[in-house]
Amino acid sequence: MNPRTPGADLPEHPDFLWRDPEPKRSYDVVIVGGGGHGLATAHYLAKNHGITNVAVLEKGWLGGGNMARNTTIIRSNYLWDESSAIYEASLKLWEGLEEDLGYPILFSQRGVLNLAHTLQDVRDSVRRVEANKLNGVDAEWLEPDEVRKVCPIVNTSTDIRYPVLGATYQPRAGIAKHDYVAWGFARRAHEAGIDLIQDCEVTGFATEGNRVTGVQTTRGTIAAGTVALCAAGHTSVLTDMLGIRVPVQSHPLQALVSELLEPVHPTVVMSNAVHVYVSQAHKGELVMGAGVDSYNGYGQRGAFHVIERQMAAAVELFPVFARAHLLRTWAGIVDTSPDASPIVGRTPYDNVYLNCGWGTGGFKATPGVGWALAHTIAHGEPHANVAPFTLDRFVTGALVDEHGAAAVAH
Amino acid sequence: MTSPFRTAEGGRIDRGTTLEFTFDGQTHTGHPGDTLASALLASGRHQVATSVKLGRPRGIAAAWAEDPGGLVQIEEPFPEPMLLATTVELHDGLVAHGLPGQGRLAEISDSARYDAVHHHVDVLVVGAGPAGLTAALTAARSGARVALVDEQSEAGGSLLGGTDRLDDAPALEWVAAAVAELAGHPEVLHLQRTTAFGSYDDGFVLALERRTDHLGTAAPRHVSRQRVWRLRARSVVVATGAHERPVVFADNDRPGTMLAGAARTFLHRYGVLPGRQAVVFTTNDSAYDAALDLHRAGVAVEAVVDARPAGSPRREECERAGIRVLSGAVVTATQGVERVTHALVAPFVDGQVGAGSAIACDLLLVSGGWNPAVHLFSQARGRLRYDEALGAFLPAEELDRLSVTGAAAGVLDLAGCLADGQRVARAALTALAVAPPGEDRLPTAPEPVVPAAPLVLWRVPDTSGADGNTSFVDLQRDATVADIARAVGAGLRSIEHIKRYTTIGTAHDQGKTSGVLASGITAELLGVPVQATGTTTFRPPYTPVAFAALAGRDRGRLFDPERVTSLHDWHVAAGAVFEDVGQWKRPRHYPRPGEDMETAVLRECAAARTGVGILDGSTLGKIDVQGPDAAVLLDRLYTNMMSSLKVGSVRYGVMCGVDGMVIDDGTVLRLAEDRFLLLTTTGGAAKVLDWMEEWAQTEWPDLRVHCTSVTEQWNTFPVVGPRSRDVIGALFPQVDVANEAFPFMTWRDTALDGVPVRLARISFSGELAFEVYVNPWYGVAVWERLLEAGRPYGITPYGTETMHVLRAEKGYPIIGQDTDGTVTPHDLGMAWAVSKKKPDFVGKRSFARQANQDPLRKQLVGLLPVDRRTVLPEGSQIVELHPDGQLPPPPVPMLGHVTSSYRSAELARPFALALVKGGRSRIGDTVHVPVNGTLVPAEVTGSVLVDPEGARRDG
Repeated sequence: MNPRTPGADLPEHPDFLWRDPEPKRSYDVVIVGGGGHGLATAHYLAKNHGITNVAVLEKGWLGGGNMARNTTIIRSNYLWDESSAIYEASLKLWEGLEEDLGYPILFSQRGVLNLAHTLQDVRDSVRRVEANKLNGVDAEWLEPDEVRKVCPIVNTSTDIRYPVLGATYQPRAGIAKHDYVAWGFARRAHEAGIDLIQDCEVTGFATEGNRVTGVQTTRGTIAAGTVALCAAGHTSVLTDMLGIRVPVQSHPLQALVSELLEPVHPTVVMSNAVHVYVSQAHKGELVMGAGVDSYNGYGQRGAFHVIERQMAAAVELFPVFARAHLLRTWAGIVDTSPDASPIVGRTPYDNVYLNCGWGTGGFKATPGVGWALAHTIAHGEPHANVAPFTLDRFVTGALVDEHGAAAVAH
Repeated sequence: MTSPFRTAEGGRIDRGTTLEFTFDGQTHTGHPGDTLASALLASGRHQVATSVKLGRPRGIAAAWAEDPGGLVQIEEPFPEPMLLATTVELHDGLVAHGLPGQGRLAEISDSARYDAVHHHVDVLVVGAGPAGLTAALTAARSGARVALVDEQSEAGGSLLGGTDRLDDAPALEWVAAAVAELAGHPEVLHLQRTTAFGSYDDGFVLALERRTDHLGTAAPRHVSRQRVWRLRARSVVVATGAHERPVVFADNDRPGTMLAGAARTFLHRYGVLPGRQAVVFTTNDSAYDAALDLHRAGVAVEAVVDARPAGSPRREECERAGIRVLSGAVVTATQGVERVTHALVAPFVDGQVGAGSAIACDLLLVSGGWNPAVHLFSQARGRLRYDEALGAFLPAEELDRLSVTGAAAGVLDLAGCLADGQRVARAALTALAVAPPGEDRLPTAPEPVVPAAPLVLWRVPDTSGADGNTSFVDLQRDATVADIARAVGAGLRSIEHIKRYTTIGTAHDQGKTSGVLASGITAELLGVPVQATGTTTFRPPYTPVAFAALAGRDRGRLFDPERVTSLHDWHVAAGAVFEDVGQWKRPRHYPRPGEDMETAVLRECAAARTGVGILDGSTLGKIDVQGPDAAVLLDRLYTNMMSSLKVGSVRYGVMCGVDGMVIDDGTVLRLAEDRFLLLTTTGGAAKVLDWMEEWAQTEWPDLRVHCTSVTEQWNTFPVVGPRSRDVIGALFPQVDVANEAFPFMTWRDTALDGVPVRLARISFSGELAFEVYVNPWYGVAVWERLLEAGRPYGITPYGTETMHVLRAEKGYPIIGQDTDGTVTPHDLGMAWAVSKKKPDFVGKRSFARQANQDPLRKQLVGLLPVDRRTVLPEGSQIVELHPDGQLPPPPVPMLGHVTSSYRSAELARPFALALVKGGRSRIGDTVHVPVNGTLVPAEVTGSVLVDPEGARRDG
C-alpha cells in the first residue's frame, strides 16, 4: 500500500479556538458581524491598537456567511489606484498571515490567470496589466501559448466558441482555506480577550442624537462606545434600523465543488466572457464560482439554471472536466454597490462605521479591510486605504467603477 | 475468476448471461442485473478502496448511494472519477479499479451526448418503493398528469431487497402490476435510473436519468448518455425511503462491515452472500430479518448482538432457527486486516461496556436504526425536527406543494407505507382540486410483528485503547469520534463548525450515513439535546452529477451559439477574417492574397476615403419602439431630445446610466409620430432592450409604448465614400440622391425590383454615406447588386477594423472601447448631445454632481506618437512627461489610457484615441506612454483628426 495518501498533508487544527462567552453589558467597540471582516477587524484592533474591550456579535456561527461560502481566490490585480491599493495591502498581509495568526491557513500563491476572449478583453487586460505594473502590483500579459504553459488544461485551441486570446497573470495571487482564516482571526481575537458572541442577532439600536449608545440583540442590549457594521449582504437590514439608506443590493451568488480529484489544475483561472472561475483546492476538489442570481434576496440559495450554465462554461473551457461530478452547491449573499466597489467608513452617526458592498471581493480583502477598519475605529479617521470608499461618493460622484475587474459581472 | 459467493438461485439477475469485467486488473464475471459491488461480493471481494488520509482499507458497506466505502474509478468504456461500486450497473467490458481517495479525470474529451428535457406535471412522485408506487397509482387513477422517477434500475424500492408479500403473493408481483398499470395511463411518465437530485421552490425538481451507462460499449451513439429532467410539478410527493444508520465502534471501517439491510439486498436482489459467517449487531428489530434471511440462505449467523437489554420480540424466531441472540450487548471493535475476522462482543449495561469476547466472522452486519431520506424536503427549505424515538430527523412542517411520505416521513412498516402513500397522494390531489379516484384499493400486507422500541445508540464507548481514533463517523473523510471530541474541546458548538473542523459530511456521500451520527455524537459530547445541535444544511445535489450532464447540449458549437448575418457565407467565400463581437461573427477585414491585416485595412480605408466602400453592418442592434408615448420614453432614456425629431429624419443619441455614464449610443430614425427605429451597438443590443423594458415596466408602466427587437429583421449595409452617391443613384434611379433632396440625417423608403429598401444618410466615417436597409431574405441579392453598381468605382467591402479606423480618425467613440462606464457625454466632447431643455432624463441628476464638475476628469482626446512610427498598444497607460526619460518608482501617477490605436492611411502615421485627465486642456502637450519598458512620447490633440470641418459629409 502506498504510504503517501492524498490527504496525508493536511494540517491539524489547534486544540483550542475560542470561548463561547455571555455578552457583557458594555463594550468600547461592538462589531456587528462575525465573518472574516468582523473577526479581522477585532484582531487588528487588539494587535495594532491595543483595543480589547470589544465584542463581535454574530447572528449565526462565526465565519458562517460569505466567509464560508466564497471560492477563496486572493488577488490584487484590480484596475483603479484606489482598489489596487487596498487589495495589494491586503495581499501583503496575506503573505504574512500564517505567521501572524499562527494558523495553517493553506495560503497558496499559485497565481491567477484572467483570460481574454475578445479583442476588447485584450484591450482591457493590457490596460489593467499596465496599470498594475505602474502601481507596483505584479502582473503580466500572457499569450495563449504561455497560458497553456501555466495551465495546460485550459482549452487554448482555436476550435472553441471564444478562443483564448491571452490572459493577465498575477503570480502572487492564489487561494487559502477560508474557514481556517476565519478561525485564525477568531482565535487571535479570543486570545486578546475579545468576546466572540454567537447566536446573537442585532434587532435594533439605541440612539441619542447622532450617536448610537447601544445595540439591541436577541441576547439583550449591549452598550457600545463605537459600532462597526460588518454584515455584508445583511448590511441594509441593519442600516434600515438606523434609518441610513445604503446603495447596496443583495443577490445570491452560488458556488460549487467536485469530488476529490488527482491534481490537474495548478493555478486559478478566471474568465468573464466564458463565465468561469475555478481552482483546485488542497484536498483535490475543484472549487468553482457560478453567476449571480439576478433577483435580490437574503436566502442563501440560488436557482439551478445558473449552475447548469456554469457547468457548460466550465466544460467548454476545460474539456477534461466533463466527467468530474458536482458534489455540492451552495450560495452566499453578495452585497453589490453601484460602482462594484466597497463602502467603508463614516455614517451619519458619529460613532457608527460601515463596511459593506464588497460584492465578490470580500474574501481577498479580509486582512486588508480588517487592518484599515481597525485603524479607522481607533483613530476616528478613515485609513488611507479605505478613504476613497465613502458612502458619500454616491452623492459626490467620485465613484471607483470596478465592474470590469470584478469576477462576476454584477 | 469464479463467483463463489453467488447463491444457487434467486435474485433479480439474468443468470443465463455472463458478463466479463476487470477490477484492479483482475477479470471477474457477473450477470445483467448486477452492480459492480454485487459482482465483486459474489467473487468474495469486499475491499475495493483505501481511505484518503489514513490509507486504511475500505469495503462495500451498503447497497446503494449511501455506501461510504466502495469508491471506484471507471477506466472503460470511458474514464470517470469516483463512483460508488454499488451504483455502477455491470456491463460487459467494464474496467474499474478502487480509489485511494482521489479520482482521475480523463485526458481526452468526452464525446458522449447529454441533454435536458423540461416536463410539467400535476404530481411528481420521487421514489418507486411501496409508498411512492401507491402515491403514483392514486394520482394516475385520478387522471392527473403524473411523473414517477426512481433512482434504481427497476421499481420496488425496499421491496427489491426483501421477501415481503402483498395480497398473499410476493410483493414484487404487486410492483410489476403497478408498473404495468402506470404504463397504461397515457398521462404518466415513469422513469427508472432517474435520480431526483435537486429540489427548488415552486415544485421544481431536477432529476438525472442515466440512459445508456448500463449498456457499456453497446450504448447507441445517437442516444444521450444522461439526461437532466427539469420537472415542474404542481405538487411533489417525496417517497425517497430511508438510509440505514450504522453504529460507530472501534475499527468499524474494516471491510466486511456492512449495513444489515444492505446484506438482505445483496442476497435477495443480486443473489449474493456477502459472507459465510456473520455477526449481526443491532439496536432495532429490522436487522433480525437480515439474520434470519442469511441463515436461511446458508450463512452461519454466529450471533445477533442486540444493544437493547430487553432485546426483541423476534428473539424467539432466531433461537428457533438456532441463532444465538445476545441482548444487552454491543460490538465494541473488529479484528482482521483487510477483512473482518472477528467481532469483539461485550455486555452493555447502562451505557457501560463490560468484558468482551471475540466471535469469528467474515461479515459484520450493523443496524443503528433508520434515517429518513429528507434531502429533497430539506433542500426546499423544509424545517426538520429530531425524533427521539427514531433517533433521526423528520420533516417538521408541511411545505406548500411538497409532501413527504413513507419511510422518508418515518413510516417504517410496509402496510403503513402503502396507506401513507395513498393518503399523501389524495391530499395532494385535493389541494390541486383534482378529485381523488373512487376505486383505489390498497393491497393487503400481512400483520407485522409489533416491533420493540429501537435504542438510539450513536457509538459504542471505545474500549480498544484507540481513544476513538479508529471509531469512524465519516469513512470517506477518515473522520472519527476522536475528531469530534477534539472539535468540541476546541470550543466549537455549532454543527456547522464541527463539520468544517472534522470534514464530516463533506465527502462524496455528503454525509448520508455520517451526518446524523455526527449530530448525535456532538450533542452527546456537549450534553445538549440533538434537536439543539440540528443538522448541517442539505444542499443539492442529492448524489453527484457529472459536469457534462449539466452542460447538456450547451457545448462546442452550441455553447452560446454563434450569430451570423444573412451574408455570412458570402463573407466566408470572400476570405473574411472574423472577429467575435458579442455573440456575432463579424468580418474584421478581407485580406487579399499576400495581405496581412495592416495592409488590408490600409487598402480598405483608402477605398472608403477616396472611392467607395461597403460594410455589413447588420449586427447593429435594432429596436422598434411603438406607441403613443414612444417619444416620451425616448426623451427620458436618451440624453438628447427625440420628441422633436421629424418623421423622415434621423438623430444620433446617447444613453446614460443613472450615474450619468454613457452606456450606449446610436442613431434613431423616426418612422411615424408614434414609431421609432433605434440602432444600438452590436454588443449592447440586448442590454439596451432590457434597460428600456426595465424602465418602461417598473418605473413608468403608465407609458403606452412597446419595444421589440428587430435586429434580425433588417440587414444594414453602409455604402461609404465620396462615390457612394453614384452607386446609390445608379441602383435606385427613382430616388433623388442630391444633397438638397436627400439631406444628411434623413431616410427614404424605396424598392429594388419590388423588394422594399430603406435608405438613410448616416455616416460613421465622416464621409458621404448611405445606409441601405433590407429584409435579410433579400440581403445577399441587394448586397450583390450594390457591389455590381459600385464596380465602376472600385467598391471595396471592408470589415470592422477599417470601420474602427475610419470612425477613430473622426473622433467617434466606440462605447465599451473608448468608454468604460466612467465616461460622461461631456467627457467625450458630446455636450451637444445632452439636452438642456428636457426637464429630466436618466442620468441628468448625476451630471450635477461635484465629481462631474472636476476639470481633471478624463476626456477623450487624440494622441499622435511623436516618432510617427509607433502604434501605441491599446490599453497602454499614459504618464506625465518625465524629463529624465525614467519612470519614478511605483505607484506611478497615471493620466489615463489609450483606448483605440491604429495606423492611418489618411494621416500617413499612427494615431490613437485616449482618455486623459484634463485632456482637452492638455492639447498640444506631450505625454508619455510606457511601451515594453520605454517611454514613447505622444502629442495630445483634439479627438477629430480627419476633416475636422466636416466638409466631406455631403460629398
